[in-house]
Amino acid sequence: MKVVLENLTKQFLSRQKKGEIVTAVNNFNFEIPDGQLIGLLGPSGCGKSTTLNLISGLETPTTGKIYFGDEDVTNLPPEERGVGLVFQNYALYPHLTVEENIIFPLQNLKGAQKMTKEAMHQKAVETAKLVQIDGLMERKPKELSGGQQQRVAIARALVKIPKVLLLDEPLSNLDARLRLQTREELRRIQRETGVTTIFVTHDQEEAMSISDLIIVMKDGVVHQIGKPQEVYDEPVNLFVAQFLGTPQINVFEGEIRDGKVWIGEEAVLDAQGREDRKVWVGIRPEGFIPDENGPFTCRMDRVEVMGRDVSVVSTHDKMTGKSIRSIVSAENKFRPDQTEVRFSLKPYKVFLFDRESEERV
Amino acid sequence: MKQKNNLKAWLYLLPAILFLGVFMVYPLVDVCFYSLEENYHSISQTYTGVGLGNFGHVLSDPFFIQALKNTLILVVITVPVSTGISLLIALGLSSVKALKKAFQTIYFLPYVTNTLAVGLVFMILFARTEYTDGLINALIQAMGYEMVDFINGPYWAKMLVTCLYTVWIVMPFKILILTSALASVNQDYYKAAKVDGASSGRIFRKITLPMISPTVFYLIITGFIGAFKAYSDEVALFGVNLNEAGMNTIVGYVYDMLYSDKGGYPGYAAAAALLLFAIVFTITYINLRFSKNKVQYM
Repeated sequence: MKVVLENLTKQFLSRQKKGEIVTAVNNFNFEIPDGQLIGLLGPSGCGKSTTLNLISGLETPTTGKIYFGDEDVTNLPPEERGVGLVFQNYALYPHLTVEENIIFPLQNLKGAQKMTKEAMHQKAVETAKLVQIDGLMERKPKELSGGQQQRVAIARALVKIPKVLLLDEPLSNLDARLRLQTREELRRIQRETGVTTIFVTHDQEEAMSISDLIIVMKDGVVHQIGKPQEVYDEPVNLFVAQFLGTPQINVFEGEIRDGKVWIGEEAVLDAQGREDRKVWVGIRPEGFIPDENGPFTCRMDRVEVMGRDVSVVSTHDKMTGKSIRSIVSAENKFRPDQTEVRFSLKPYKVFLFDRESEERV
Repeated sequence: MKQKNNLKAWLYLLPAILFLGVFMVYPLVDVCFYSLEENYHSISQTYTGVGLGNFGHVLSDPFFIQALKNTLILVVITVPVSTGISLLIALGLSSVKALKKAFQTIYFLPYVTNTLAVGLVFMILFARTEYTDGLINALIQAMGYEMVDFINGPYWAKMLVTCLYTVWIVMPFKILILTSALASVNQDYYKAAKVDGASSGRIFRKITLPMISPTVFYLIITGFIGAFKAYSDEVALFGVNLNEAGMNTIVGYVYDMLYSDKGGYPGYAAAAALLLFAIVFTITYINLRFSKNKVQYM
């Protein structure tokens, strides 16, 4: 089922300042293709959870419309939309067993959809098998580990075969190892069921690793939508460039002058045909090549060994962060007494943003 | 080392132990002795024998039977009714947004009001005197029914007023406790249930009620105990001579046996008190057993 968001806007009255209106989601337009896994990505407070609540029907938009397929669901309450929702804290009913939790949505079915006890049990077992918790059906949620609870929550959301599956920060309550495992699992379950899935996360790595598409939001505004690699390789503005990628992109004050990109007194790259202006120069950590004759000089701070790669930490007068991180092959050798390091740059790893608007140029 | 710590611990506990021992444990034990001493004379402090004679006397005393009956009716009616209404009001309070604080204050007011003052108000509402028929009777008359004297009239009328009074006076506390219990239920459960398509009735039965069941259970247990100990409310409505009004309670009977004109029988009072204890104990035990599978401790 494709999901269409049309001019979706949600405004709240501010709690702190009386009468002030906060726009949580601002004019969101997008058509989410059928059967895909979508990562809704952004820093906290950017409106991604609100977007999820709008799609689920827990909140109604101030303006704009939501379509599931061709059906306008904007004014339908959550129970009539046929969505499955997995909460950040899972919200498993603590007094019910795993099976009772999974069956709960089925017991609410009315009319022609009503199921017999036997059919419900069948369906619960089937769904439990899909998420591999069929051995735990008699347990109470508190007798389960975080990862298991997560699976129960997903099973409960999936048992009704929802048109859309929504997950709010699905991995944030799991420890690091489990998170890796679970995200693979999420991908597998989504592939097997083919349900259009939207998940919210503030972890860019998580979003990039499993999504078909990612949507980057900030302050209620969608900044970029695209395949993860595309968004990483072609960020539309400084925010997106900074938000994606670990370590973060290195940003320098620079300018375009005489067909070259200048950082301080050094012309680091060609920029033929560009008009002169002040810019932010963003360089991905992997965009640096150690080169004794390179055009870009930084003060060497230290080298962090990571095995396959090394991370060179250096500083520069024109940098904006605390230090510059560059990831280079461990085959490059650095002397311990080295005070200066010179790089040449990979042009496709360098992005230029307007100093004022912060848009890509 | 451990021994020393224990000694210190006992030392810290000593004031409390002494206090409780003198004012709680000793009287409790003493009551048991009193109840077994037959024909105890309080002035000469002599008794004729040891046995269950006091219990026999109390159980065959028509005033005690009346008090027992009154108390049981009161318990059976007021505990479920007050808990039920309180739950409804608490649910209402937790769903309104405007004027929530004002409503909470209004519903809590009876709790801070003096029992006797409330009794006076009820008297004015319900009593018929030479000067007035009372507000309630005025209403009854306006609706075209026959007037009833609720304070000096038939038994059912007096019992009705007593029940109304008791329900009204115990509700604020229950509403307060239930409101906070409802507020402590994580909103995500409701959201999840909504998305899962549960109707509001089903959400209440399957989510809300189990979530607040420990609180409801607590209120039922303490409600039973409180209702069994009813006395001051009846005095507020009918004055101190409750036997004459036919509205005595077990605690009232105990008091009468000790202090009223017919009093001076600590043996009978002790026996009645122990009977009350036995009843409360049994009911609480049954409650505990009965609710074991119903109450969800998270």
